[in-house]
Amino acid sequence: MFGFLLKRFGLLIPTFLGVTLAAFSFVRILPGDPVLLMAGERGVSPERHAQLLEQFGFDRPLYVQYFDYLFSALSGDLGQSLVTKKPVWDEFFTLFPATFELSICAIIFALVIGLPIGMLAAIKRGTWFDQSLMGAALVGYSMPIFWWGLLLIILFSGTLGWTPVSGRISLLYYFPNVTGFMLVDSFLSGQKGAFSSALSHLILPTIVLGTIPLAVIARQTRSAMLEVLNEDYVRTARAKGLSAARVVGVHALRNAMIPVITTIGLQVGVLMAGAILTETIFSWPGIGKWLIDSISRRDYPSVQGGLLMIAVIIMFVNLVVDLLYGLINPRIRHKG
Amino acid sequence: MKRSNLLLPALLATTMLMAGAAQAKTLVYCSEGSPEGFDPAPYTAGTTFDASSKPLYNRLVEFKPGTSEVQPGLAESWEVSEDGMTYTFKLRQGVKFHTTEFFTPTRDFNADDVLFSFNRQLQSDHAFNQYTAGISWEYFNGMSMPDLLKSVEKVDDYTVRFNLSRPEAPMVANLAMDFASILSAEYGAQLEESDTKDMLNQQPIGTGPFHFVAYQKDAVIRYGSHDEYWAGKQPIDDLVFAITTDASVRQQKLLAGECHVAPYPNPADLDSLKAAENIKVEEQEGLNVGYLAYNTQVAPFDNANVRKALNKAINKQAILDAVFQGAGKAAKNPLPPTMWSYNDAVEDDSFDPEAAKAMLEAEGVKDLKMKIWAMPVQRPYNPNARRMAEVMQEDFAKVGVEVEIVSYEWGEYLDLSKDKDRDGAVLLGWTGDNGDPDNFLAVLLGCDGVGGSNRAQWCNDEFEALIQKAKIVSDKAERTKLYEEAQVVFKREAPWATIAHSVVFMPMSTKVSGYVMDPLGGHSFTNVDIAE
Repeated sequence: MFGFLLKRFGLLIPTFLGVTLAAFSFVRILPGDPVLLMAGERGVSPERHAQLLEQFGFDRPLYVQYFDYLFSALSGDLGQSLVTKKPVWDEFFTLFPATFELSICAIIFALVIGLPIGMLAAIKRGTWFDQSLMGAALVGYSMPIFWWGLLLIILFSGTLGWTPVSGRISLLYYFPNVTGFMLVDSFLSGQKGAFSSALSHLILPTIVLGTIPLAVIARQTRSAMLEVLNEDYVRTARAKGLSAARVVGVHALRNAMIPVITTIGLQVGVLMAGAILTETIFSWPGIGKWLIDSISRRDYPSVQGGLLMIAVIIMFVNLVVDLLYGLINPRIRHKG
Repeated sequence: MKRSNLLLPALLATTMLMAGAAQAKTLVYCSEGSPEGFDPAPYTAGTTFDASSKPLYNRLVEFKPGTSEVQPGLAESWEVSEDGMTYTFKLRQGVKFHTTEFFTPTRDFNADDVLFSFNRQLQSDHAFNQYTAGISWEYFNGMSMPDLLKSVEKVDDYTVRFNLSRPEAPMVANLAMDFASILSAEYGAQLEESDTKDMLNQQPIGTGPFHFVAYQKDAVIRYGSHDEYWAGKQPIDDLVFAITTDASVRQQKLLAGECHVAPYPNPADLDSLKAAENIKVEEQEGLNVGYLAYNTQVAPFDNANVRKALNKAINKQAILDAVFQGAGKAAKNPLPPTMWSYNDAVEDDSFDPEAAKAMLEAEGVKDLKMKIWAMPVQRPYNPNARRMAEVMQEDFAKVGVEVEIVSYEWGEYLDLSKDKDRDGAVLLGWTGDNGDPDNFLAVLLGCDGVGGSNRAQWCNDEFEALIQKAKIVSDKAERTKLYEEAQVVFKREAPWATIAHSVVFMPMSTKVSGYVMDPLGGHSFTNVDIAE
């Protein structure tokens, strides 16, 4: 087990270096520089342009800038936003709880609905039930997030008036930010109706962000279950006269979960990408929206800091998935 | 619109809360973006000014609501010396700064606050010149204030004097701009003492109609009414900015009653907004102009007749229909019609492809090939530059001119288009900063701007003499005459094809009253009321 862990942690180092290099290069490959964009039509004289680039440290050779960024990042300093002049680290962690809360809700939504759907479809393989569920999953997977979000807003908020249009909580509630998680903070505030307001604001964004992972999980669960249900040990379990529920729920599901867990791990990246659009449409103050704004303003420190943090989170989740893998399937642990 | 809130106990609770909240009047504005900070001076974005300078601060002089004319603000009156080099302001007495959880003022506004607000931008050794690392005073620099402003001097507690290095008639208008907002020197001293100077940008203190309560990044900004506001308490108790970046979502929130005012609607949504019974849509021509700038230093565009001929080939109505979708007005002058000194007597080049063809032939221009630069971004004065360029491409093809449309990334576009040897005509535009004609004519068409903001690279002696004279004359009537004459010269010489001025729409709840649209593009809630 120790060797397995060591190998997994060892892999993080080159991945981390690769990510820093990618984040650093990505934002600099984009044409245009922050000073020109900041000045807009008003323009800026060549002298002032050079002065500002020097002030921001962008006149230094690229490798110097990269190593400065790398070593600062290693010591926990992600630099300062060119726009708000605040530390990128602070900006990121002010907004991250909103994205995290939404992502958690979306993944729970995807799991709670996706797993049973996938299992049912596998059990009823080839029936109209299976085909319509998988058809719906394909539609969900292909749905453009922006369009899907707007459609739900127009239907549920605009026409039916069942859910709020956007935001995290009704503007009438105002309480101090304790954890940054609105569900928790609204509960702690003790204000009547605050928690249910926060919950109602989560409904549509959760559905929109959770739709693609739901479709993927449902399809993955179905195919993994189908594979496992044909295995000898399942046939043996059935032959022993175990109930269908026990065969599927205990014997088949545990083995079918291995590829499903990988899929869930991979969905974290998808969630982060989806969060960018979902947050924009639902005015959700998270890191997705912040990152898009930072890219359009060529706020180099915010973009490279934000991308790095997201990559680190994905790396961490994948590490957890790898470790879970080992727990579920001892063969993987021993091979490692 | 009838709605049922069956599913949401939250809304029920909200209603109960509203009923119990001692009838506090709250106006919710669905703003289009997040402010960069709450000190307006280091920034240039209108979104930042809407959230900072408009609700929180005052300036020595203010733009009269709904116009680009200036009126007294924190200064009750001012005098200009005969040589136009000294401006002396008499300050208003009894003006209170905000009292908040983080600051309690011990004195009223006075000359020290004016000195603090300007000297921090002017003097590189001022304690607040670099109060946050990397801060810069872009508007102050952009309006050439470091060259123009020699010093700001305190004559007595309620008199300040601005000493200039040259006469500059638009100086008073400059002081009504957002960067000239007045901050509290006493608050600055408190922050300096506690070594938390950067709070100046996060926990603002001003003299404005609202005081800052809280900002939740990218989500909500809360303001409370400033009870001791010098111009009278506001009709509303609380002002809330709900940051909503997507225009369609802003529209839905407005329709659902989640906000009362929502700026920048999608042109395609205007009809449905106008049809909604609880919404009214106000409109005003923006203080902007969209244009096509020829490079007047490159043949054959160095010939005014060729430029005139091309201008006659452009079907502006088709552009207004295809690009502005009704939210624009054809432009004939480089100044917008809402600007004082706009010369309405100028006649526009009529759309006449046959005449254009004949004029080009008469000038010996045959088989002309040219480039049109289309901006990659949407701007108030040009919602879709690519589409505009395509309409022009078709128009020019009809007079035998072949057009290639080119585009670059925005920063590059702005940079490359300044080049004196640039190949092609550039689509661009301008939104006024200070409501002064000089801010359009000198910046965009003056000889100093060649190789910079003067994209036509046009330097005309007659035009230049007129605008330079208008810059130093302080009599407004005389300035008006000079600018009117300059517009005639502009039209005759045609360095640009003037395309359009956009019309700005502002949808809001019918409960809102007293909202005045700002031709300079800002959004202010001073004296705005909301029905219970």
